[in-house]
Amino acid sequence: MSTHTADQVLSIEETLANFDPVMGLEVHVELNTNTKMFCGCATGFGADPNTQACPICLGFPGALPVVNAKGVESAIRIGLALNAQIASWCRFARKNYFYPDMPKNFQTSQYDEPIAFEGYLDVDLDDGSTYRVEIERAHMEEDTGKSLHVGGATGRIQGAEYSLVDYNRAGIPLIEIVTKPLTGAGERAPEIARAYVSVLRDLLKALEVSDVRMEQGSMRCDANVSLRPKAGTDATSPEQLAVPLGTRTETKNVNSLRSVERAVRYEMTRHAAVLVAGGSIIQETRHWHEDTGVTTAGRPKSDADDYRYFPEPDLVPVAPDAAWVEELRATLPEPPAQRRKRLQEAWGYSDLEMRDVLNAGAIDVIEETIAAGASAAAARKWWGGEVARRANKADVAITNMGVTAADVAELDGLVREGRLNDAMARQVMEGVIEGEGTPTEVADARGLELVQDDGALDAAIDKVIENNPDMADKVRGGKVQAAGALIGQVMKEMKGQADAAKARQLILSRLLPS
Amino acid sequence: MTKTELCLLTAAQMSQGLIAGDFSAQELTQAHLDRIDDLNPALNAYLYVDAEGALATAREVDEARQAGQQLPQLAGVPVAVKDIACTMGMPTTAGSKMLQGWMPPYDATIVAKLKAAKMPILGKTNMDEFAMGSSTEHSAFGPTRNPWDLDRVPGGSGGGSSAAVGAYLAPLAIGSDTGGSIRQPAAVTGTVGTKPTYGGVSRYGVIALASSLDQIGPCARTVTDTAMLHEVLGGHDPMDSTSLQAPVPPVLEAAKNRDLTGMKIGVVKELSGDGFQAGVLRRFEEAAAELVALGAEIVEVSCPHFTAAMAAYYLVLPSEASSNLARYDAMRYGLRLGPDGVDSPSAEQVMGASRAAGFGDEVKRRIILGTYALSSGYYDAYYGQAQKVRTLIARDFEAAFEQADVLISPTAPTTAFKLGEKLDDPLAMYLGDLATIPANLAGIPGMSIPVGIADEDSLPVGLQVLAPATQDQRLYAVGAALEAALNDRWGATMLDQASHLALTQPYDSQEAGA
Repeated sequence: MSTHTADQVLSIEETLANFDPVMGLEVHVELNTNTKMFCGCATGFGADPNTQACPICLGFPGALPVVNAKGVESAIRIGLALNAQIASWCRFARKNYFYPDMPKNFQTSQYDEPIAFEGYLDVDLDDGSTYRVEIERAHMEEDTGKSLHVGGATGRIQGAEYSLVDYNRAGIPLIEIVTKPLTGAGERAPEIARAYVSVLRDLLKALEVSDVRMEQGSMRCDANVSLRPKAGTDATSPEQLAVPLGTRTETKNVNSLRSVERAVRYEMTRHAAVLVAGGSIIQETRHWHEDTGVTTAGRPKSDADDYRYFPEPDLVPVAPDAAWVEELRATLPEPPAQRRKRLQEAWGYSDLEMRDVLNAGAIDVIEETIAAGASAAAARKWWGGEVARRANKADVAITNMGVTAADVAELDGLVREGRLNDAMARQVMEGVIEGEGTPTEVADARGLELVQDDGALDAAIDKVIENNPDMADKVRGGKVQAAGALIGQVMKEMKGQADAAKARQLILSRLLPS
Repeated sequence: MTKTELCLLTAAQMSQGLIAGDFSAQELTQAHLDRIDDLNPALNAYLYVDAEGALATAREVDEARQAGQQLPQLAGVPVAVKDIACTMGMPTTAGSKMLQGWMPPYDATIVAKLKAAKMPILGKTNMDEFAMGSSTEHSAFGPTRNPWDLDRVPGGSGGGSSAAVGAYLAPLAIGSDTGGSIRQPAAVTGTVGTKPTYGGVSRYGVIALASSLDQIGPCARTVTDTAMLHEVLGGHDPMDSTSLQAPVPPVLEAAKNRDLTGMKIGVVKELSGDGFQAGVLRRFEEAAAELVALGAEIVEVSCPHFTAAMAAYYLVLPSEASSNLARYDAMRYGLRLGPDGVDSPSAEQVMGASRAAGFGDEVKRRIILGTYALSSGYYDAYYGQAQKVRTLIARDFEAAFEQADVLISPTAPTTAFKLGEKLDDPLAMYLGDLATIPANLAGIPGMSIPVGIADEDSLPVGLQVLAPATQDQRLYAVGAALEAALNDRWGATMLDQASHLALTQPYDSQEAGA
């Protein structure tokens, strides 16, 4: 538990009443290539420290980098998916600074010649509006190693007795995606930040270029926030857009969607408190503290940070052939937003239903289930209902519940062909989750089957009509809804193993003149 | 044959003798090891001698030959390696205290090639620290002395290799040439050395000075021997991105050439005249006349931008070096010191103290120059301008090669200078590379061959041949023809004219009363 003195903050309402927020978001994505960006080392997460390192990624004397072609391919596909221009010729550059977890004391990155530039990503917001996030650039670089500071109270370098460095991460390919300053967001700024990172994550997942696991650091967001005085009628008015940008802070490594939204909101309210008190914002990096929901000062960061960039002389320029870029364009998956719209229409879900499905992370598995033969309604009912409920309770992904799309389709088939009713189907699902087998196997093993023998059903109906003459008379008198009570009695007689619809049909045909 | 006689053979003769069974690889290797024992204390050409490893390779070769196996041409012919190339099992220091005793965990590609060629590696040769210098006086392990005159420098940075070859401590040696470090030492020791086309020989595992200028090449006593080693070293290496995707030029075939009929040879106007020693110019002019006698046509060419080459070089080199040498930070390998009087120093303090103690003055001078030149606000004026000069120099060469097949100049403006003479005057030291630097800036190949002894000091003079990129064989065609003609005229080889080089005790000119 960190113990940080919280800074003064203003309420979000007061903040927005006085100021216009501007954001810049930098997202680092680790690519899921098999090998590192400039050497042949493995990239798996969680290996023992320093077991995935070689003379090249350790920066040994004489070692030279060679570009991972798959990394370039992924970078280009990301650029294309972000509607960006792809450079026909670009170079790597060295970013020089000393830090023990950076083996060469320079990071091989890109500077003024990024592989992709000038793109955009449209983000749908809860109020039904769409915000276009302008992308300045996406460039390739290598990750650094990881420092573990031991002996201090905070796990940070201050106060630590010593530090351990794990170079397994050093040289893992990274793509850094940088937005232009995002103006015109107004009160939507925190939501836009979250929605952008969320949409970007879905896009990268669909591209299959990264694990995009924020909790493992394979996707990390730095949020730049500044405030400027409010002007004009709203955040998009020309008067407002003409106001120069305020001083920004950069909150580093915000590692969940929720934190992105909270960190942006926090910084807005903290800046506002400083500014209304007549103070000025210090340009610096900030650390986000998930537990307390505040940021604390990091290191001062000026625009004049001097990284002594120069073109990397150990690598040849990257000059992707135009035909290759077009080939890669053809491999792009349907944009997630477009796909969602298409599927929602095809499946006939309401907006609310679709949002539940998305929140449950069930869109892919529902698509699969429908492809396996289930109805859209049934697929949503199971994945968005029973399975999601249980998954949520167990805190695992719905796809890790031991239930497959084929299972759900099979279960839906059993219901539709009349072998199971709803209550029975739920029991069968429980059995599938418990690992008792396929739906058919579970139904067989548990002896769950609607009685298809009309004789038994007829006898039960006769008995119920005889025992409830008043009810029967009501139905005869035209009160059809009274049949419900009779059906309930029949189901009871049948110990639930009857098709309620069939029972209703038989009762009505018995009591009403045809 | 006596041990000394064995050492006086050319590499080609050694190869023939081994194949004919006149002597064994072990005898040949032992003869060199004994000679190193006798002479190295005075010369300091070798920093490390690997008697055991060299003899083990020799034994393998002898056994394989006895078993009738096919062996590479130079199998059993010993070689010395400049201490800039990583060698498993032998320390690799780059002439710096920073890497004293450092054992690389891998072989440079060229070392792997020498091993594949079954050439016994005698040891590692002395050099200016991180190849920065023209006299080998900047070695942290003491200067190497010129076998022609122990009070004089053997050139640099590869003075260890040139002295070893010149004093018959090895028939062949590896050099690296960033601004003349193969060619200038060859010139001042009366030996031959080639800087191949940039990318012609892999740099992987060779400790980088300036990545865009560094090139590895062969040193030997004859043009044919140089060609034989060139063929072993050359060729594409997937581990070096800047390595050319082309076969090794036919240099050995070209070294059989004795006729220059129809060849146009350009004399570079800017690489002669003022600042050149009279005796150097006289030998150069005689050699040019010899070329005419061999059928060549001499034309004068002008390369006007060469006047800016030195300035551009001393921006590009320090800039790249400042970044390449950043990795020597005491965190992973090499010298590690804490500052005096600090109980538990921080990583930053350890880096500072280690770099302060580990690097010599010349290295610090160039790191500071480069750091400054790359700084924001200065980059365009320095590094940026220097790159433009490189382009202009490359264009000068292009224009010159439209008029001539090869270009010639004196390799160095003077013969070997005295130890200490230029140590306190870096600019004077830098000017010694005036004629060799343009080739590095343009990436073209160059060779130095001995053309006689200066009248005023009886020291060797070298002639430089330059060819267009990838046309390395032209160097050998000109070099071989000229060498043969001069040997005919002298009735002896260059080194035969300095009989004291063959002595088994160091020759001291003062004691001899010369």
